Order: sequence, then C-alpha cells, then structure tokens
Amino acid sequence: MSAEPRHFTTQLAVIGSGIAGFAASIFAINRKILTAQVGNTGAVAYTTGYLDLIGKLGGAAGLVTDPWQALESLRETEPKHPLCRVAAGDIQQAFAEFTDFLGACGLAYSAPGRSNITALTPVGTLKQTLCVPATMAAGPRALAANAPCVIVDFRGLKGFSGAEVVANLRARWPHLTTQRIVFPGMERGEVYPEVMARALEVPATREKLAEALSGVAGSARVIGLPAILGMHRPDHVLAELERLTGREIFEIPTMPPSVPGIRLRELFQQVLPQQGVTLIPQQRVASLSFDGDSATLALSDSYGPIRIHAQAVILATGRFLSGGLEAHPAGIREHLLDLPVTQPAGRADWYRERYTDPRGHAIHRAGIEVDDSFRPLTREGHRHHERLFAAGVILAHQDWIRGRSGAGIAIATAFKAVTEAERFLSGR
Amino acid sequence: MSSGATTLETEVLIIGGGVTGTGIMRDLALRGIHSLLIDKRDLCAGASGGNHGLLHSGGRYVSTDPAAAMECRQENALLKRLAPQCIETAGGLFVAVEGDDPAFAEKFPALCRNAGIDCEELSPGEARRLEPVLSDKLFKACRVPDATIDPFHLALLNVDHARLINGSVYRPHTEVLRFEMADGEIRAAICHDHLHNRPLTIRARQFVNAGGAWAMNVARLAACADVHLLYAKGTILVSSDRLAHHVVNRLRPPGDGDILVPGGTVSLLGTTSTRVDDLENVSPVAEEIDRNIREGAAMIPALAGARYIRAFSRVRPLLQAAGNASDRAASRGFALLDHATQGIGNFCTITGGKLTTFRLMAEKTADLVAGRLGNGEACTTATVPLPDDEACSWTEPGTALKHWHRDSDPDDMILCECEMLPQSAIEQVFAGSPGIEQERTLQAVALRTRAGKGPCQGSFCGIRITSWLYDQGCYRDATGLAHLRDFFDERFKGQRSVIWGQQAAQMELAEALHCGLLGLDTLEGDR
Repeated sequence: MSAEPRHFTTQLAVIGSGIAGFAASIFAINRKILTAQVGNTGAVAYTTGYLDLIGKLGGAAGLVTDPWQALESLRETEPKHPLCRVAAGDIQQAFAEFTDFLGACGLAYSAPGRSNITALTPVGTLKQTLCVPATMAAGPRALAANAPCVIVDFRGLKGFSGAEVVANLRARWPHLTTQRIVFPGMERGEVYPEVMARALEVPATREKLAEALSGVAGSARVIGLPAILGMHRPDHVLAELERLTGREIFEIPTMPPSVPGIRLRELFQQVLPQQGVTLIPQQRVASLSFDGDSATLALSDSYGPIRIHAQAVILATGRFLSGGLEAHPAGIREHLLDLPVTQPAGRADWYRERYTDPRGHAIHRAGIEVDDSFRPLTREGHRHHERLFAAGVILAHQDWIRGRSGAGIAIATAFKAVTEAERFLSGR
Repeated sequence: MSSGATTLETEVLIIGGGVTGTGIMRDLALRGIHSLLIDKRDLCAGASGGNHGLLHSGGRYVSTDPAAAMECRQENALLKRLAPQCIETAGGLFVAVEGDDPAFAEKFPALCRNAGIDCEELSPGEARRLEPVLSDKLFKACRVPDATIDPFHLALLNVDHARLINGSVYRPHTEVLRFEMADGEIRAAICHDHLHNRPLTIRARQFVNAGGAWAMNVARLAACADVHLLYAKGTILVSSDRLAHHVVNRLRPPGDGDILVPGGTVSLLGTTSTRVDDLENVSPVAEEIDRNIREGAAMIPALAGARYIRAFSRVRPLLQAAGNASDRAASRGFALLDHATQGIGNFCTITGGKLTTFRLMAEKTADLVAGRLGNGEACTTATVPLPDDEACSWTEPGTALKHWHRDSDPDDMILCECEMLPQSAIEQVFAGSPGIEQERTLQAVALRTRAGKGPCQGSFCGIRITSWLYDQGCYRDATGLAHLRDFFDERFKGQRSVIWGQQAAQMELAEALHCGLLGLDTLEGDR
C-alpha cells in the first residue's frame, strides 16, 4: 500500500452513482467528454427498474396519465421545480438517450411515449411511469386488454403474494388469477429473487421453470412473475421462456433491493469502464477543492489515496439515503461542500403528522439551489464555482417520492448539467 | 353467551384492557366470577403499553411517596416469584453525577432502608465496572432490585388465564357509549363494536371502570362526578441498541430524563412530564426529545450520540390531590372509588397507580366487586403463579430467537428480520393469543408479537406479513393494504420526532417504497 496518491486527469468528474450520476456519465460518453465517476452505487439497487417522469401531481389529486401535460401545469404552479428548469424537448431527448443506451447494452426499455404507462406493483396497486424494461412491458398491455392472465408466485419467496396482487386488482382485472409453484432446484427453505434470476441464466433451469409454468397457466395467455428473469441477459431469458411456454410473460418488481435495480447497477459497472469512463464505484469523495484551472477530488481506495483532477464537476450525491444530504437535529446539511440547503425552519416542520399524507413532507423539498446553468449557489446567491454543476434529487423544490418523479428529475437534470458542463468545457 | 348476538351477558363488565383491567379479570376468575373485558382499542393501548416497562424496586419513590415505595417493594418481590416469564431481573442502579445534590444522595440509602428496600452502596469505580457507559463524573451509586416487565405479555397472560379458568371473555375494539340505569344501578352498557361497526349491549351485575387515563370520562357516562384526574404526558425514547444492562436511575429527586431502562435489545429513556388536557392526540415534540437526551446524557454520555428508533408519549392518570404539589409529587398511588356517594350501587372506578402495583389494584377492586356479588372467596393472585402460554410470549424480546434455535425449520420463513419473527409464531398467535379470534389483521399481529419493533420499525416486515396474511386468506380485497397503510401511519407517530442521522436515510427508503412504489398515499376508497 502506497501513501503516494495516484492521480487521474479528466475533463468531467461525476460525484454520485445513482441514476443521476450514471445518466450524467452516459450523456458525457455520448458527447465524447472524458469522464471519471465516483460514488457508492448502493442506491441504484433500490430502484424498481421503472423510469418515472411525473406520475402524480399536486397533493391528493389523481394520477397523471400525460406527464408532458403535467409538466406544463407544473411550470405554472411550481416554477422552481427542477423539471421546470429543463426544456420539455431536452427531457424527451434525455430519456431517449438514456433508454437507447441501456437497450444497446442488452437491457431494452420502452421508448418514452406521449403518455404514461400504467404499471403493476408487487402488492397489486398501479403506478404511472414513463418507461418500463422490456421484461415488464406485457403486464400493462395485458391489464389494459383485461387479458386472461395468471400471476405465478413461488413457495419460499417472501413479500410477493400472487393472492395479494389478484385481491387488489380483481375489480379492475377480472381475468386475473394466481398459482404458486416451486422454483426448480429450490424445493426447501427460503428463496431469493437475485439467486433465482442468476439461476435462470442457465438454459436447463429455464426449461424446468417453463415446464412448471405451462403446468399451471391453463387457458391464460399471459403469465406474470416476480422480477427474476435473469441478471445479465434478461431480454434473452424472457424470449426463451416465452418461446418455451408459448405465452407472453412479464415481470413485476419486488421489494428492494430488487433484481431490476441490481441489473442496472451491474450494467453500469460493467459497461461504463468499457466506454472509457474511469469508474470508482465503492468509494466516497472525501473532499472537493477548486484551484485556478481545475477541481480536485480527494478519495481513497484499498490501494491508497487517489486524486482526480477535473475541468468540471457534477455533484449528483443524492439525498439522505445516498449521503448527499445529512439530517442533523439542528438542521439539514450538504455533506461534501457544506453548500447552503433550502429547508424548513426547524426539525419540527420536517414531517407532517400523518406519514402517508398525500401532500408529502417538507423535508423532501429541502435541497441545494442552482442557477439556470445548474451551478450550485452560495448563501449570497453567487455561483459556488464556475466548474461546479449539480443534478438529481439533491436539488431543492421537488418531492420525488410524492411526485413519482425520481428517475425523471435524475435524468433530466443530469442532461442539463452535462449540456452546461459541455458548454463550459468547450469555452462557449 | 352467544358471540353473534347484539346483547351479551356476564357477571362483571370490566371497561379498559390495560394491565389493571386484565388483572381484575384474572383475579375475579380465580374467585369463580365470570367477566367480560372490553377495550375501545386493544390491550395496553394507553399508559400500560406506553411506559418504560420498569418493575420498580420502590427506590424511585422513597423521597416523595414512602407508602408507594413500600407497595412497589412488595409487588416487585411478588411478581418476580409469580410471573417470572414476563420479567427480566436486570437490577437497578441509582447514580449521582457532578451537579446533583450530594446531601440527597447521602440520605438515599437510609430512605430505602426505611421502606424496606435492599440498597447496596457502590463505589463509583464499582458502578462503572458494572456499567461502563456511566459518566466519569459519577460520585455516588447504589444498587436496588429494579427489574423490567413486559406489560403486553402480562396482559395477554392475565386474559388467557381468565379464559382458561372460567371462560371469561375479552373483546377488543368495543367502546362504551352510555349506560342504561335504573333504580340506582347500571343495568347495561350500550357499546359500539368498532370491529364490525355495529351496536352492542352488555348486561352485567357489576361494572368496573378500569379506564386508566380515560376513567374520568367513563365515570361521567354513569353521571359520577367523584373521579378527579390530572393528566401528565410523559415522553420516552427508544434507542436502537441496549446501552446498559441495569436499569439506571438518576440519584436525585424525580425529574426529566432520569431513567434508562433496558427492553430486551433496546433501551428506553425518559421521561418528561407535562400537564395536558387532551387525552387523544398526544405525541412527542422535539423539545421533549432534546430535554430527555440532554438530561440522560449527564448520567450516560453515549445517549447524546445514540441512534433512536422511536419516541412515544402517553398520558398518566394522576390523582388530583389536595394542596398545590407538583405533578412529580402528586400521588403515584391508586384510588378505588365505590361511587356510593353518587347513588350507584354496582359501579366502581380504579385508577391512578402504576404498572408495578397493578396486581394490588386488581386485588382491591376484585375484593369490592366480589363482596358486592356476595362471593366470599379470598384473593389468590398473591400466591397462584401466572401460567405460561407460548402463544402469549411473542411480545417478549428474544423469544423468537430462542424458538428459532430450538426448532429451526428451513421452511419456517422469518417474516420480521429485525426481530427474527417466523411465520410459525403468527400461526401460534392466531391459534391461541387472546382477542385475535375475530381479527386476523396486521395490527392485531403487531400488538401480540415483536413485529415492527426493531430498527426498521416494520417498513419491510409490514409488507411481508401482509403478503403472508393474503396468502392465508385473512384478506381477500383491498382491506389488507388499507391496514398496511394504517400500520405505517401508526408506527410513524413514534418515529416522527426522532428522524435524523441514519433514521432519515431509513425513512427516505421506506417512504420511497411505501408511497413512491406501492402508492399507499393514494389508496382508493376508505379515505
């Protein structure tokens, strides 16, 4: 182990490895910007695979079927919302670039459409989202068509009950039934989605599962499963199972960390380095400093200290779960630079009395402020530094949970931040 | 008695399913008297379920209320012998730290001796060897026989034993709306059955008001104006780890944040005391949390940086005493009112008191009721041990782990991973835990087990248990999700005031799952 730091020089450094961080790296790759990305990838595994733009708007109001129209309303009611600071055309392009990239890497997604997709959840509720993985696409189609469909669950798999999905969807989907089977080779004890998904990469397991599925599907033309259809080649696993059963098959996300989230994490970790990104996925940046002509990120890995010298930096460190923001009894702080955080007056105002209040909690609207070029602002309202940009849910004036807009905010603001960083790097 | 009818009959109707009400039920059954116990919510919904779980040695009261101290000392010894399955004999320390009154600390051992309480004086070094987390500013320490007691386990076993003895019945979610009176007696309680949303009439010969903090309200339904209570709100914090093996008390006159009580794998810190008027909507506020932590940290510095997983507030009923004493000095004793002066011959009210003396309160009440019924049997709860029943044991921390080691079966899935609660435990609760017969719900399971009590506070296990209940056919429509949402809303009341640090990250993940994915904030229907 050496005490001498290893130095990397890059055009762009992305801090954070959630959807926003990875989206920023993808947009940078597409723009031929030399990029390094640092940050723990934990939170990606908690995503469902659904890419929401806006699924819900304004308190108790109903679900959003047209997210583009919702975006227009949002511009009227919440002009400070990060999504309102990115042009609709840019958001559209950002989603298209992001999903095209995933598709080219073997994880096909539906293209961003004019309206939301009504997707299924593991408890049988419905959710409005913009893009779904190809492995989940047949579910919303079958629901819309009220097609005869069987939800198949597995003995030993906790937290996913076909009976629950059916009970909660029966009124809307009379032709939905459920069956329980044993996963091939996992006859005893508890079974885990990640293990099942990896097992399905093996052709023999797929053949046995297809046999079991055919045995219980009866007259149903569509089969719904918890998300277990392979880890690295889900589109192939899906096609094979559909061929073997002669039926359409779809996945429903399970409780996090779920297979679709792990797929995204593994894909990013594998593909980004192949595309030239210097990816340091398991470390946190200890400090970020700016001198005359570059920014310096200091961090360490098991081989010793690392210094990354970058012309521009995108801060995409997320909120409390990812460590971008910290909630202290005395107030909310931004972890890396102690940037000012717009927040409620005191801790007593962070949460409403009722947890599931549809209006959401004030703590989620806390975050950092940026100017129109997505550069973070100081307390005095000046740019923190011309080389620093920010993206993702660390930004203030949004509630991605109640708005069902986490991926949308991440992808749209990463697109905007990369565009602005590119403008800066090219000296325009 | 038919459970389908809208009129039920019994010898004694007991109102209030706290430890006192359940103790009266068992005491009466042991004397051969049949009773019906009702609660507008479920067992231990009031102060019985919202305290430290401290089985007092009496040391706490030697300076303010020597009579209560002696009662505690006797009941402590008795319960350790008769209900050991509900008790952890942790032992207690009283510690004085820099800034505390040395004169008070010096006279404490003598006060204990006067009340008959064993009190061993320890050097500061000995005390810190026993509990290394104690402050190095400690100057005086005494050891007393404090212990901890699980009120839920106790209440369940009381009800279970009464049911076994003579078929006495417990009905949760049954609220008295008014009394039907005639000739100076109550004839019937007109109730509402919230579970089935229908009216219910209960006829009895004797009526017992064991409503705890609600006792004054219940008494007024019978036009009795002789119950005078003060309401003291107490707030307690729960840490994610057990910080000390012993109960640790501050060696000074009772004040805020001066007791830390172990509860299995966690510790409970409290309490504050604030006068309130409203009984229904009490919840912790940031100032109480900060005060408890500040005071507690003087004894145990680690409390300042500890991770807290919940905080809760409950109302203690205090008997309104003559004079102008403070709430701390107000009587922690209990009162049994026979309402003779109110012109009613078959109604009594038991209130005040504390968890440690619940058995004595039940004894005095049952003496009065049995006498009025012409039953000459003597009380036997001071000699008859409380029988054990595994179905009632799942509220006890660590129970799950014992069973898991004993009958490890790979097919018996652990549904609550924080508390290692397997599905077989819920099956056992369904088969034998009192009050669950008509209500196979997430809430009823949570009350009777440790589910949702660990660091994740039910965020994940709530979902797993609900799925399992759907699999079992306990839910067949969207009711299960409404219950899941209500369960999270209820748990949140205890989390809301301690969300910072790691808890903020935990909450963000939970809310993204519960609302962002599952949409529990937008369920259709019953809102």
